[in-house]
Amino acid sequence: MTEIEVRGLTKTFRVGEVEVHALRGVDLKIERGEFVAIVGPSGSGKSTLFNILGGLAPPSAGTVSINGQDLAKLNDAGRTELRKKAVGFIFQKYNLLPTLTARDNIEIARHIAGNSGTPWDAQYQELLKLLGIESRLDHKPRALSGGEQQRVAIARALVNHPSLLLADEPTGNLDTENSKAVLSIIKHLNKRLGQTILMITHDPEAAAFADRTVTMRDGRIL
Amino acid sequence: MIHRLVFENLKHRPVRTLLSVVLISAQVTMILTLVGLTRGVLGNMQKRAKGTGADVVIRPPESNIASMSSTFSEKHVGLVRQVPHVSVATGVLVHPVSNFDTITGIDWDEFSKMSGGLEVLEGKRFEKPDDLVVGRVFAKQRKLSAGMPFVFGHKWNVAGIVEEGKLSATFADLRALQDIFVEPNKITMVYAKVDEAKNINPVIASLKEQLPGYQIYSMEEFLSLFTADAYPLILPFTRVVVAVAAIIGLLVVFLSMYMAVLERTREIGILKAMGASPRYVLGILFRETIVLALAGTVLGIGLAYGTRALMAVVAPNMPQDIVPDWYPWVTLIAVGGSMVGAIYPGLKAARQDAIEALAYD
Repeated sequence: MTEIEVRGLTKTFRVGEVEVHALRGVDLKIERGEFVAIVGPSGSGKSTLFNILGGLAPPSAGTVSINGQDLAKLNDAGRTELRKKAVGFIFQKYNLLPTLTARDNIEIARHIAGNSGTPWDAQYQELLKLLGIESRLDHKPRALSGGEQQRVAIARALVNHPSLLLADEPTGNLDTENSKAVLSIIKHLNKRLGQTILMITHDPEAAAFADRTVTMRDGRIL
Repeated sequence: MIHRLVFENLKHRPVRTLLSVVLISAQVTMILTLVGLTRGVLGNMQKRAKGTGADVVIRPPESNIASMSSTFSEKHVGLVRQVPHVSVATGVLVHPVSNFDTITGIDWDEFSKMSGGLEVLEGKRFEKPDDLVVGRVFAKQRKLSAGMPFVFGHKWNVAGIVEEGKLSATFADLRALQDIFVEPNKITMVYAKVDEAKNINPVIASLKEQLPGYQIYSMEEFLSLFTADAYPLILPFTRVVVAVAAIIGLLVVFLSMYMAVLERTREIGILKAMGASPRYVLGILFRETIVLALAGTVLGIGLAYGTRALMAVVAPNMPQDIVPDWYPWVTLIAVGGSMVGAIYPGLKAARQDAIEALAYD
């Protein structure tokens, strides 16, 4: 079953008086439960595609369908709703809120989605066990290692059971050992939970963890 | 959950939070001190007027409660004495020395008969023309003791110190004051005591007939004149202070929240990436603002007790009342002003582009 279907996607930015064509007609299909890596040099359009698929930016033209919902037809409020429930993000810099503990970083994602107030279900508890952060939940990000922070970020991204997990250079700030650990977890989530994952990376070793690699250059998929 | 985020955010920047609270508290203290001083000083004036023991007060036509400059002939005292049921009548002269200070000339024996007498704590009553008797608080403030010379619009000798609460804080002999300040036979007011309470109104009616145009009050009416309304400058001044205080609070919160939004650009981006709506982000900042304003109000109320203690040392003749009925108003002013100050930073945060915010370092 198709999770993501992108057809003729273009994105044009205006920088001063210059028009920048970040995406020049991208077509992409990702099946449910697939783990896809998008690779390409800087400026190839990977991040722009990531932002559009995550509902952070609107497309200029084309269609982008996630679970049958056309993102091109969504306004700001519609994209906000999409981010609440349908998409989970993992960023290179972890992006945890520094003032909150790991537990509260996860809880606030539930609160924003309107799911707070109930205890974490057994499946989620198991996920935390898998991530190995159970004993670190009451620590603030500054007390966690990079690898631990990224694992908390993964837990946060999945707490609302999104249909799509978007990872932007998830190992970019980690050493080799932690990178492998995080990628193994992501791979495991894909295999065990059937989580659809789209990962942006410039690291071929990281891309090798995915089922499929898509290469981008100059705003197009090669 | 959102409340935890709000409190953690405030805890995370303790200096900013503390500074904001202290600055908001300053506006609250400013308002409470001004209102408290107004009430305290007027209340003190009421207490002193009541302390005369008089039942009826007679003042010249066109005189104002806030100014004692109008005088009239002393012969009116004799006229008042002749009214049936008036048991004692005495004239007093209030001579202004500076903006806030006056000397009151009295006939010691007559005034004692009416008020029950001034309680001499140190020294003696005035006997010579240059003798001055001062109140206990006044003496403490000016560091005076009996027998000391004291320049107060004239070269005086402090003859004695008396307990305060009756008419004035500085007394001289009526004749001497009239002579020194070239106002022979002139007085500012007449105080009269009536034999029985039921005869007060008939006495007033009789006096009004004999002294048309004069301001003749029962003590109850006279005391009711000691309100902020009787002093034309107080209300506008209070309004200006309240407005300035509200603007200070607004600017403090504006700067504080603006800094907070700039500092937290990335965090706002994270919240937005998780699906936080502009309203959600605005709600966080408004909650933080309310907490700051309420903490500032509580501190400001506490500091008003501090200013009262300070005034008691620095200016004991200007007592400051504690005014709990103004607490809701200062809360409203602090919270309202702060919320207005938080609107622009709040909207800036709410409209923040998530992608740009996430890229912010």
